Amino acid sequence: MGNHTRFDFEHNVTGALADDQLRKNLRKAMDILVDKRRTVFPDSEYLEQLRSAGNAIKRRALKQLPRLLEQLEVNCTKNGIQVHWAEDTAEANRIVLDIMRRHEAPAIVKGKSMVSEEMHLNRFLDEQGLEAVETDLGEFIIQLNHETPSHIIVPAIHKNKDEVAAIFHDKIPDTPYTEDVEELTAIARRVLRKRFAAAKVGLSGVNFAIAETGTLLLVENEGNGRMCTTVPEVHVAVMGLEKVIEKLSDVPPLLRLLTGSATGQVITTYVNMISSPRKSGEKDGPKEVHLVILDNGRSRMLADPEFRQTLLCIRCGTCLNHCPVYVRIGGHAYGHVYPGPIGKILTPQMEGLERAGVLATASSLCGACGEVCPVRIPIPDLIRRLRNESYDQDGSAVVEGGGYKKNLAETLVWKGWELANRSPLLNGIGTRLAGKLGKRIPRVGPLKKWTRVRTSPKVARCSLHERARNEGVNNE
Amino acid sequence: MEKRVSPDQSDQIYFFGTCLMDAAYPDAGMAAIRLLEAQGVEVTFPQDQSCCGQPAYNSGFIREARAVARKQIRVFAKPYPIIVPSGSCAGMMKHHYPDLFAGTPDEADAHRFSERVYEWSEYLATVLEVKLEDRGDPLTITWHSSCHALREMDVIRYSKALIRQLKNVTLVELERETECCGFGGTFAVKQPAISAAMVKDKVADITRTGASTVVAGDCGCLMNITGAMQHAGVAIAGKHLAEFLWERTNG
Repeated sequence: MGNHTRFDFEHNVTGALADDQLRKNLRKAMDILVDKRRTVFPDSEYLEQLRSAGNAIKRRALKQLPRLLEQLEVNCTKNGIQVHWAEDTAEANRIVLDIMRRHEAPAIVKGKSMVSEEMHLNRFLDEQGLEAVETDLGEFIIQLNHETPSHIIVPAIHKNKDEVAAIFHDKIPDTPYTEDVEELTAIARRVLRKRFAAAKVGLSGVNFAIAETGTLLLVENEGNGRMCTTVPEVHVAVMGLEKVIEKLSDVPPLLRLLTGSATGQVITTYVNMISSPRKSGEKDGPKEVHLVILDNGRSRMLADPEFRQTLLCIRCGTCLNHCPVYVRIGGHAYGHVYPGPIGKILTPQMEGLERAGVLATASSLCGACGEVCPVRIPIPDLIRRLRNESYDQDGSAVVEGGGYKKNLAETLVWKGWELANRSPLLNGIGTRLAGKLGKRIPRVGPLKKWTRVRTSPKVARCSLHERARNEGVNNE
Repeated sequence: MEKRVSPDQSDQIYFFGTCLMDAAYPDAGMAAIRLLEAQGVEVTFPQDQSCCGQPAYNSGFIREARAVARKQIRVFAKPYPIIVPSGSCAGMMKHHYPDLFAGTPDEADAHRFSERVYEWSEYLATVLEVKLEDRGDPLTITWHSSCHALREMDVIRYSKALIRQLKNVTLVELERETECCGFGGTFAVKQPAISAAMVKDKVADITRTGASTVVAGDCGCLMNITGAMQHAGVAIAGKHLAEFLWERTNG
């Protein structure tokens, strides 16, 4: 936390909006993902039932989270999985580092994991003189280009085929330029196979951790996840503490929601269920399995009955795909690990409002995210709550940096608005005055921003109040 | 069509004009009132009404929002249905007032108020079961769905059902009908660049339909879209559904 460069959202937005190629890539990719989801959930009644079930399962898990986490630890330990607790990302990074040092591993092969992004693990290991090798194809592409993921599920979604071809040609030695997807995939495979074979430690994320059985569930499509978790001698899984669910029978609805929402698949190519290291007599599998459970502000979210709903998230990314803001500015503009609607509510809670509160303003509250969320997180309501906390009128803010936007000018504007709308007399004077001034209303402040791409709103000479009164509509 | 039972099937109804319609679209407001009256109901327009409170509610100024909302609850005191010519204001009054007043002495009043709220086209189509006779010339139009009419009030089917009663009107739908136009109240001025990109795409979508008029049920969207069309020199008219239907049936 806190070691990213200064965050200038406006600058990021301006840059993204000016990048025609980026916007074309995003629109095309989002249309495909939206279509695939629609196709995989053709029956809306069934989908709504499933979403309710998903919401209920995750709610039930959050309600008894401390107990489930303890149970998970007990059962994992019983299975031979070593459990580590990390209060913050620095602690999580140190745990991974210690494991690598103990095994004298110069590099770690990584399956896709957003928590490892949250930890900024790659940069941390680099600073320690160690190497993190991304093995998910999208992650591999952007790592070559020294970028971070721009999407939770499809990290290189902002790149098109031609751009990937150029990156491979430039960054992988002795690689002839090709735009053929099969060939590009084969190149990545050739590079990565060697890294899998040589790695002593592999890392993965966790989609669901089942408390009842001590099982770590991981979905993926490329097989790289299975390689990372089975080929090296040591497997380290990292997860946010909200990933725990109560029992095995909770898995099917959640899995259906996750893969359907994320990639429009009924099921992913690989569903890994990891329940122990290699047992005696077995010929393959890691000799050690570690589970790192990260808090990083999640306990604080859990403590608030409304913000707690942020932790329902199963990281499917469908809110990004359906967001009219994300599709125009892309993930990098959000300046933090988690972009899109979920990022707008997650990031300010993790980083504090002062640093990331601006993200809560980047929503028209159109409701598209809340409509598709597979676990029914009321994202627009939580965005609105963060806006309230930014001004913290009654001193009840729970998010760090609450009240950071308090200022006299804006308070006076809204106080004036309130008075005008409570007093029929003032209200009447206001609309009449605006009607008389018409086009002479000075284009300053909000109106200046409005008229950059629009004509001024035309205030009527005679308001509806006056018309109704003059044309004989009943008053009270 | 699914029919909502009005709490008061008497001939008395309230009309909530919305602050935007009051200031910028009074013709649409009068048309909305006249169309209701033409169905034989008596419309009351309380002169002390103002704004639903949503601008402040969505901007972090919840106290001011509550004060203004409370005023409306007091003003619309009789048990008449409250008809609102905006999916957004109706959504605020129907779905957000209960939250806004939760735990306050006005909670019960807020609930009773919310239960009486109808979006204008919803009331015409479902409770009054209006029959429209088109008297206009053949015309091709397109329709813009406001996000809150679509997702909070779920009344788009009623608005479109009314349009489809007009025999000389061809409705060409937008390619991305469910995508926000970029208005979002204060969003348009707090994130002007993103909002501008959104409305630009919306105008392009509208233009591609070949329609000469875009009809919408929300004045906020309408102000955003027509403002952008005029600025860009696009010669397509924008009209609120109420004004459009009134003109078509009384032309």
